[in-house]
Amino acid sequence: MTTLTAPPPRVRLARFRDLTLVPVILILLVVGAFLDPIFLSVGNLTNVLQQQASISLLVLAEALILIAGKFDLSLESTVGMAPAIAVMLVIPASAGGFGLGLPGPLVIPLCLLVGAAIGVFNGFLIIKFQLSAFIVTLAMLIIVHGLQLGPTEGKTLFELPESILYLGSATWFGLPAAIWIAAVLFAAGIAGLAYFRLGRALYAIGGNADAARAAGIRVDRVLWGVFILGGTLAALAGVLETGRLGAIGSNQGVGWIFMVFAAAVIGGVSMDGGKGTILGALTGVLVIGLVQNILTLKGVSGFWQPVVYGCIILIALIISRIAGGKAQD
Amino acid sequence: MKNHIEARNIVKRFGPTVALNGAGITIAEGETHALVGRNGAGKSTLVSILTGLQRPDEGEVLFSGETAPALADRDAWRQRVACVYQKSTIIPALTVAENLFLNRQTTGGPINWRALRAKARELLSTYEVDVDAAALASDLNVEQRQLVEIARALSFGARFIILDEPTARLDGLAIERLFARMRALREQGVTMMYISHHLDEVYEICQSVTVFRDARHVMTRPVAALPHDELVSAMTGEATTVYEARTRGAANGTVVLSAESLSLAGRFQAVDLAVRTGEVVGLAGSGSSGKVGLAETLVGLHKPDSGTVTVNGTRVRPGDVPAALGAGLGFVPEDRNREGFVPLLSVGENGTLPIARKLGRYGVISPARRRSKAVQLIKELDIKTEGPDQPVGDLSGGNAQKVVFARALVDNPAALVVINPTAGVDVKAKQALLGAVEDAVERGAGAVLVSDELDDLRICDRVLVMFHGRVVKDVPRGWTDHELVAVMEGIEE
Repeated sequence: MTTLTAPPPRVRLARFRDLTLVPVILILLVVGAFLDPIFLSVGNLTNVLQQQASISLLVLAEALILIAGKFDLSLESTVGMAPAIAVMLVIPASAGGFGLGLPGPLVIPLCLLVGAAIGVFNGFLIIKFQLSAFIVTLAMLIIVHGLQLGPTEGKTLFELPESILYLGSATWFGLPAAIWIAAVLFAAGIAGLAYFRLGRALYAIGGNADAARAAGIRVDRVLWGVFILGGTLAALAGVLETGRLGAIGSNQGVGWIFMVFAAAVIGGVSMDGGKGTILGALTGVLVIGLVQNILTLKGVSGFWQPVVYGCIILIALIISRIAGGKAQD
Repeated sequence: MKNHIEARNIVKRFGPTVALNGAGITIAEGETHALVGRNGAGKSTLVSILTGLQRPDEGEVLFSGETAPALADRDAWRQRVACVYQKSTIIPALTVAENLFLNRQTTGGPINWRALRAKARELLSTYEVDVDAAALASDLNVEQRQLVEIARALSFGARFIILDEPTARLDGLAIERLFARMRALREQGVTMMYISHHLDEVYEICQSVTVFRDARHVMTRPVAALPHDELVSAMTGEATTVYEARTRGAANGTVVLSAESLSLAGRFQAVDLAVRTGEVVGLAGSGSSGKVGLAETLVGLHKPDSGTVTVNGTRVRPGDVPAALGAGLGFVPEDRNREGFVPLLSVGENGTLPIARKLGRYGVISPARRRSKAVQLIKELDIKTEGPDQPVGDLSGGNAQKVVFARALVDNPAALVVINPTAGVDVKAKQALLGAVEDAVERGAGAVLVSDELDDLRICDRVLVMFHGRVVKDVPRGWTDHELVAVMEGIEE
């Protein structure tokens, strides 16, 4: 059987498309090493990873949702709101809680439950009610953040139960627990999307929902599940962030969603659905984390850093446009 | 011979419309059976019922004498019937192997990609599909994607396959290869139902043919003993003239709209066209003939690969709609809801959009002048509306179409391009709209009328018939339905 002209180099290139940012990461490591001797130290790199651990969970969640062809802006509000509400259910009224007196160890399950519930609600409006994912989650971004501001009256929660601080501050085998958690979840995401039917269903749905339905995939159920998983991951990101900072500020997570989209998109996840990998999204997070670290080490003013991030996103898009050769939507 | 598929007395309603009215089909085992009929005859509805995507309101479907499985049991359906739909169900971002085994990449546990590719290669070679299993589906051409779909459809073990207009997107050589493949499948005992608008293909590949018309079964006959004429008249039925076309003198005025060797890849090739003042030229052909593409290129909606368009003596820049309209062209688009009007704007505003500059100076639009012009348009075209201020979105299909006509005619165009003007409008509106075209022509315009409705084309002084992207015949007034359909379906050239 003569094989048809599907050029082998192209296939190979497609396989490595996830890794287009690896050279960028290497360049950043070299540049960082020259700019500042502290940069390559274990302490600093560990620090970079720990700082990125919670936002990386949001990138993971967003990548899953984008691959399935949907959209979720509300994730960033969940990062602050879910732990804040969970904590307030547990701590006494004197510390700013609701005074329900639920047991302290319940705080993490409660937090994840709140995140999942937000996902359920998003999914209901977008899938069952068939509203636009963009507008629904934009509204939910505002509502969910408001649901944190309202009960806390905009105050920072300081008196937190021990259990919610643990994951974000503990050290396992010489590395912060948050890094392990993010690593394990990313590994699960990479394997799940590459080797399991459910993961492949996300690509099928994002690529052509009608074809997926015709192939017997329960499109609505899978999509709803992805939104719930996304909300839960965002809540977990909130737990890690809370533990790292030791308090829940009123603007925890605010403004993250731009970085999340930037990381996912420069990592090769398509905004149109059906394309991209979790590994690619991970490299996107790492690039942004390293740039952030280098800028901070070099003492670049925080007021100027957004300009640099914006430029990085544009440059990454231009590079992938040139490498990919196809017009982007 | 045993009957492989039997659908009896199928009734299917969608709201007030009856898509199938006691229709049925019987296909013997191992035969290739054609299903033909004009648009809206109920073919697609029958396909969705035979593939278990929709439940008939009445009637039953039998596979080899057994009752069809429950609608929810997708696997059971797929083991009985496979379908290659008109619309591709290949996912471009995934590999060929994964497309073949979509949602059954593994029976449990992680996917073994190497084994999956091996299985895909085996499947592809079984059906002699010459495609690399590891290639991305987006790198395949239309023909290869279709072959992958056929292989996938058969891989569920179905011995009955429905091909819904498979040749619409293929070129001549690819069609020949598809037919060779279909013959090979038939020798292996596969039963096929073949849907096509091209009757010559029916004669080439099928043994029997069933004709649907207006949601009913009209006849089923072996192809061999069936004269072309009889097949065409079964499809068209009695031609009922609802509109009496007016007579005009021979057109020998100046050319107001012309095209020279106009080509657009995949749509039409090397088309020459000249429309004179006082003349209606029809464009007829099947859905894939390129007639709509040609008309849209005349207007500038598509940029032709080569050739020129001249409107009223001005050679317009290719692919420039404002230039064409400025040169004196009026245009009624194919899909009025998408391109014809702005639903939230009023009748008056929609109707006078092209002449806004004449309704006031310095970009200001005088509401009073717009109103008076709109009242005049409403009267001329007999638009049933509460007044010029009613949003067009609230009007019925026929009246909305009249507003689109008003917009096309408001600037007294020298040339008029009209695509499917009577789609979805009632008989009364139909007559008014065709009358409006003839009025414009009597005022000295030249018109191009594209239509799927043969009755619309009766107002034409001549009809150019297109087939696979070329004008194959110039038919003068006085044709019969038989003649025209025969040319349209490519039986006779």
